[in-house]
Amino acid sequence: MKFIISRYNPESDQTPFDQTFELDDALLSADSMLLDALHLLREQDPSIAYRSSCQEGVCGSDGMNVNGKNRLSCVTSLSELGQTITLRPLPGLPIIKDLIIDMTLFYKQYKAVKPYLESIPLDLEHEHLQTPAERAKLDGAYECIMCGCCSTSCPSFWWNPDQFAGPAALLAAKRFVVDSRDIKHIDRLKELDSATTTFRCRHIQNCTDACPKGLNPSRAIQELKSIMVKDL
Amino acid sequence: MTFTNSFSIETFDALVIGAGGAGMRSALQLTEHGHKIAMISKVFPTRSHTVAAQGGVNAALGNVTPDKWEWHMYDTIKGSDFLGDQDAIEFMCREASEIVRELEHFGVPFSRLDNGKVYQRAFGGQSQNYGEEQAHRTCAAADRTGHAILHSLYQQNLRLGTTFYDEFYAVDLLKNQDGEINGVLVMNIHDGEYKILQSPHILLATGGAGQVFRNNTNASINTGDGLGMVLRAGYPLQDMEFWQFHPTGVSGKGMLISEAVRGEGGKLRNALGEAFMEKYAPRVKDLASRDVVARAIAIEVNEGRGCGPDKDYVLLDISHIPNEIITERLPGIREISQTFLGIDPVKDPIHVYPTCHYMMGGIPTNISGQVVSPDKDGNQQPVKGLYAIGECACVSVHGANRLGGNSLLDIVVFGRKTALTIDEALKKTPAQHNQTLNLTPVVNRLNRWLNKAECGSNDTVVQIKKDLQLVMERGCGVFRDQPTMQKALEELEVIQERLENVCISDFSNVFNLERLSAYELENLVTIGYATVVSALARTESRGAHSRVDYTERNDDEWLKHTLYFQNNHTLTFKPVNLSPKHHEMIKPKPRVY
Repeated sequence: MKFIISRYNPESDQTPFDQTFELDDALLSADSMLLDALHLLREQDPSIAYRSSCQEGVCGSDGMNVNGKNRLSCVTSLSELGQTITLRPLPGLPIIKDLIIDMTLFYKQYKAVKPYLESIPLDLEHEHLQTPAERAKLDGAYECIMCGCCSTSCPSFWWNPDQFAGPAALLAAKRFVVDSRDIKHIDRLKELDSATTTFRCRHIQNCTDACPKGLNPSRAIQELKSIMVKDL
Repeated sequence: MTFTNSFSIETFDALVIGAGGAGMRSALQLTEHGHKIAMISKVFPTRSHTVAAQGGVNAALGNVTPDKWEWHMYDTIKGSDFLGDQDAIEFMCREASEIVRELEHFGVPFSRLDNGKVYQRAFGGQSQNYGEEQAHRTCAAADRTGHAILHSLYQQNLRLGTTFYDEFYAVDLLKNQDGEINGVLVMNIHDGEYKILQSPHILLATGGAGQVFRNNTNASINTGDGLGMVLRAGYPLQDMEFWQFHPTGVSGKGMLISEAVRGEGGKLRNALGEAFMEKYAPRVKDLASRDVVARAIAIEVNEGRGCGPDKDYVLLDISHIPNEIITERLPGIREISQTFLGIDPVKDPIHVYPTCHYMMGGIPTNISGQVVSPDKDGNQQPVKGLYAIGECACVSVHGANRLGGNSLLDIVVFGRKTALTIDEALKKTPAQHNQTLNLTPVVNRLNRWLNKAECGSNDTVVQIKKDLQLVMERGCGVFRDQPTMQKALEELEVIQERLENVCISDFSNVFNLERLSAYELENLVTIGYATVVSALARTESRGAHSRVDYTERNDDEWLKHTLYFQNNHTLTFKPVNLSPKHHEMIKPKPRVY
């Protein structure tokens, strides 16, 4: 199996370049994941850099561009990928080294939507009550693992990562806008009601296509816009 | 180049090392109290392994079945095979309801009952009224409770403006001229720069070390870095012979299949289709304690009733559970089964086998979260300036076997408590930073990995790690005996020698992951020793420590904690606390489910 990996070490390279590696098929099995292959390649060349941690698709560390699509290497089966696999860092953000990107802007956009519950003051004798139907509104939004596959597949985010919140941050924003326990509903909507923060989304839907958790940020943003129209 | 004693220094009121649930809960408290703290994490906080916890967090809310903290305490002590400290367990169970409501207020999206209260599911080892009917005590956010808790805690830290040092690796603890802990040397993984973070209060929340075994549910970051630091600083580790093998890992791969699956009605079956837990735990069957279920599966496979071409796994069957329950409460499990086994558990059973999951042992602490170590007379004394919480710590609330749902509880209860301990200390004595730190040991360690020219070895860090994992799996697995552990100890000597001679080949500074794995491997090898030496000494079976040559629990000789010191692999012991404050002692008795 052949791997073309984008390499870049800022200490020695002016620009990224492609390096080709071969991996003996005998080392792999029918159910090997891309991350398993990367671990084997790192045995050949310990300097190959990529992030990984949980190895089961919940920590969100190992987002990368695989044959042109943003994916998590640990839940991407090699069998889907063909005999030549091209690996590049997630696009649109600065590269630190090889497949590792600088996600500072991504995290900044997340933080900017105030992704935390603001509820009535604490009473530790009781939980907030929330009906199963109210709780169900959070499904499809709270499961985000912040891997960045969506935002770095989004042309609007590529163009204005400093102004447009991007699909991941807007999905988080929606999660708190629809949480029945939150008391800042209107304030949140007012802050999100901006031509750049939210309305730069043109519903290209690359985000939804890329999400390795099967979430639908594009639809969440659409719903967010509808709520703004109704509630503001 | 070589390292000298010159590093830049930053000073703080307190340092929290590790951004999982425990570290994050304490950072929240310390920031809220206005202290200048740094949260140091080798990964971005939401990548920490709390994120992978599935089933839930225990609290006697009584939302589904009647419940009391006293019953939770009883179950936890029984589950611990009576090795858990009863004062600590009592404290944790008394705090549980409040701390779970607090999590709910922080925004955790718990699943809900029709009356709007937090949903609670049945989990192993839970009972009403001291060992009677099954209790429903585990508060759950579908089967993603750890993710929900970790993200909510991170979000609340964002709200308060906690200072994060993301992708910084803590290399070693630093001591001052009086031999007191007063700082830590960290490496910025982004550029390879080392710096000293100085503080009179250092809180270790570095998580577990499941990477010491080949087959495990743990993230690759779980390399016991805090434990290695503590051993090198001359302090002990406690009860390191006790590792929880989770009964249901994905066979051959290790990913966790939550106990929630059995809590929602899932059944374990062998190759004959028998629901075999009826034999091993006639009353509670599949919801016996984890050690009991793990042993049962291992016995079924050892006796030839395993499934598949190699007869090396059993089946976890949920096909009788209604689809909507699976979709609502076990979506993550379905996803894992589809991704890693290519099966849909709605139709086909999941292939499972016990896999290393959790470290009951760790850095010994008291209830306030202070690390304790015996003085010359054998009395346990707090180590000034050093604290530990979560999986890296051993309070001990889990004893010889942890109950499912108690680890998420442990991290938030002791995360908060220890932050309050540090807060009190800072109120009494504000942080001062005029102390000289002894850097010689850590500088020697850093320089050791700079060897290039003199390296005659073809060995690699990766290969040594793989071999270590195999040694531990063969020598110290679900079942143990003297000869296999003795052999493992001899093999560890070889591993240790290889570790001393191996060199790395990458000397770059930006994201040098080979160097990072070398530091991690040093920690893992110390943990291997701590485990095997402690396990060899304990000539009884208790909880997760099952010896085929000593099959019975022996309270006369072994109702005590093991303390392992790195120097000459010395062991000492300390008594189990049997004096809860608000409840009568739970007397050790035979443990049946």
